[in-house]
Amino acid sequence: MTVRDAINQGMDEELERDEKVFLLGEEVAQYDGAYKVSRGLWKKYGDKRIIDTPISEMGFAGIAVGAAMAGLRPICEFMTFNFSMQAIDQVINSAAKTYYMSAGLQSVPIVFRGPNGASAGVAAQHSQCFAAWYGHCPGLKVVSPWNAEDAKGLIKSAIRDNNPVVMLENELMYGVAFEFPPEAQSKDFLIPIGKAKIERQGTHITVVAHSRPVGHCLEAATVLSKEGIECEVINLRTIRPMDVETIEASVMKTNHLVTVEGGWPQFGVGAEICARIMEGPAFNFLDAPAVRVTGADVPMPYAKILEDNSVPQVKDIIFAIKKTLNI
Amino acid sequence: MRKMLAAAVSRVLPRVAPKPASRMLGAAGTFADKATFDIKPCELYRLEEGPPATAVLTREEGLKYYKTMQMVRRMELKADQLYKQKFIRGFCHLCDGQEACCVGLEAGINPTDHVITSYRAHGLCYTRGVSVRSILTELTGRRGGCAKGKGGSMHMYGKYFYGGNGIVGSQTPIGAGIALACKYKGSSEISLTLYGDGAANQGQVAEAFNMASLWKLPCVFICENNLYGMGTATDRAAASTEYYKRGHFIPGLKVDGMDVLCVREATKFAADHCRSGKGPIVMELHTYRYHGHSMSDPGVSYRTREEIQAVRSKSDPIMLLKDRMLAGKLASADELKDIDADVKKEIEEAAQFAITDPEPALEEIAHHIYKDNPPFEVRGANPWIKFKSVS
Repeated sequence: MTVRDAINQGMDEELERDEKVFLLGEEVAQYDGAYKVSRGLWKKYGDKRIIDTPISEMGFAGIAVGAAMAGLRPICEFMTFNFSMQAIDQVINSAAKTYYMSAGLQSVPIVFRGPNGASAGVAAQHSQCFAAWYGHCPGLKVVSPWNAEDAKGLIKSAIRDNNPVVMLENELMYGVAFEFPPEAQSKDFLIPIGKAKIERQGTHITVVAHSRPVGHCLEAATVLSKEGIECEVINLRTIRPMDVETIEASVMKTNHLVTVEGGWPQFGVGAEICARIMEGPAFNFLDAPAVRVTGADVPMPYAKILEDNSVPQVKDIIFAIKKTLNI
Repeated sequence: MRKMLAAAVSRVLPRVAPKPASRMLGAAGTFADKATFDIKPCELYRLEEGPPATAVLTREEGLKYYKTMQMVRRMELKADQLYKQKFIRGFCHLCDGQEACCVGLEAGINPTDHVITSYRAHGLCYTRGVSVRSILTELTGRRGGCAKGKGGSMHMYGKYFYGGNGIVGSQTPIGAGIALACKYKGSSEISLTLYGDGAANQGQVAEAFNMASLWKLPCVFICENNLYGMGTATDRAAASTEYYKRGHFIPGLKVDGMDVLCVREATKFAADHCRSGKGPIVMELHTYRYHGHSMSDPGVSYRTREEIQAVRSKSDPIMLLKDRMLAGKLASADELKDIDADVKKEIEEAAQFAITDPEPALEEIAHHIYKDNPPFEVRGANPWIKFKSVS
């Protein structure tokens, strides 16, 4: 099952289950989705529930928020999260904060989803990672699936959640196929928002990542295993609320921590993890400073050699792990 | 430019005499049951016909509109006072002068229709059914406020009332989305989406117009044109100040926003238009605010006191209604004075409550982050301060 098909299946099941769920965004209907994630849905559900919008992010995000306030359960797709910047006021000020500002009177059960972060060769304006930006805001839930199982379980949980949820997908992962465990095939398969998953058990070092870099970490772990280094790889799955407990428990076991993300280093997801580890019980278990592996601190360049060196590669992760372990 | 503005202001001043076109004496012979009044015809855009040029006002309606407008007026003036006494903090945008808008709109729709507006929301919040007490108590930031003190002036909500929105223009696509929900559910409910003359220049308004029109959403877009966007007169901000035409492909109405009957009839017309599936419509309410943009704006650096006084003396919406009711023998001056006294008393009591009610408990600071969530911990100003968050 590819990640694309997993998201498709998740949305299909939720559209079928609840009349109030609908999808809107650019090209989601008749084009089958800019990245074909919503393929077949318009044919099945029609104009009322799968809505093509004009290129008006701020407008249609606002419309989606209004629909959610009035009792529907919209899925608002941004063709990429880069374009969500046009609409970010609606996501933060109209969706995220409203339940709080109204002291519980007005809820906004909405999902904002789409590809996030670097793709391949799309250059600076189309490659930004928004995990840190959205993860910053109370009132929002932010999830970041890695594999097909994550994608299906998280989109379903996001749609059923009565709060605004941002789902940060990854375009390069859409076409990647994964084993799909039998429980994931159920129509009620949900992955809880706010819980990380230990993808690989290990004893020497904790490696935490979200989205595509989780795969790179597992690759690094395989290479290092041959050298006798056993990495515990944690797939964050949710950016906010972040499952710090799982990370802390792991660090208390392994005594070493490396975080990996695609986004820029300053004020990023890794920075938050390191700060929380410092402030919590796991600090005293660290045998070395925690270290972050991130995207390079540059706007994404176009030329392949430059782009390749602007994103964390397996070799960069291995290097950071070995440095932390003083090997 | 001054001339254009003077022309705009003079349009706010009435040309219609308060005398009724006809009236019917009630059985008791003291007051009429109802009276018919001429109202200013609306200017039309892309419409073959518009709202009627006369309106029937029953005695009961008249008394209700009068009392409601006085409640809004006094509530806003009380808010002014409380702000100056430092019981209210931050932003406070008052709508005194614009009472005919919120009262007229409410009279033209059903309680189950939906309304959303900007931050100048106290009046609409009241007409939509939130009590004065809970509005004033929200302004003073106490636990008895309609948002338990957590929202403040710009973030008040009620059933079928979606605020109170702080970001200029953001409510416009939201209102279109509410209309989408009405259409989606197959109900005959509509969405009234208000925005100001300043907000009319926001890009997202044009985006909302486009989608509402494309998808024939039952949305009445209402531009409350009070002639100034903060300190900027309309002709300094808009290449076209004909806000009722700014929907371009959407039909529009220009309405005398100082006349509650005009607003009511236009609203009924617009609501009908939407309910019959014709798609959105734009209504421009020509109105005026006595206060500055907010309590931090004296409101006289960009307009003259003479102008404000002229509007007050010639087109005050409450005065206009009162004159009509007296001319139409729908009520006596004493009766209206009694209502004034009742209103004053009610506002005073509400204000007393608003300044004596305690502030929200600190333990509640982190509540309502998420809905339907199990309780979780929220960080305070340092890692040792932890709050509990409950839905």
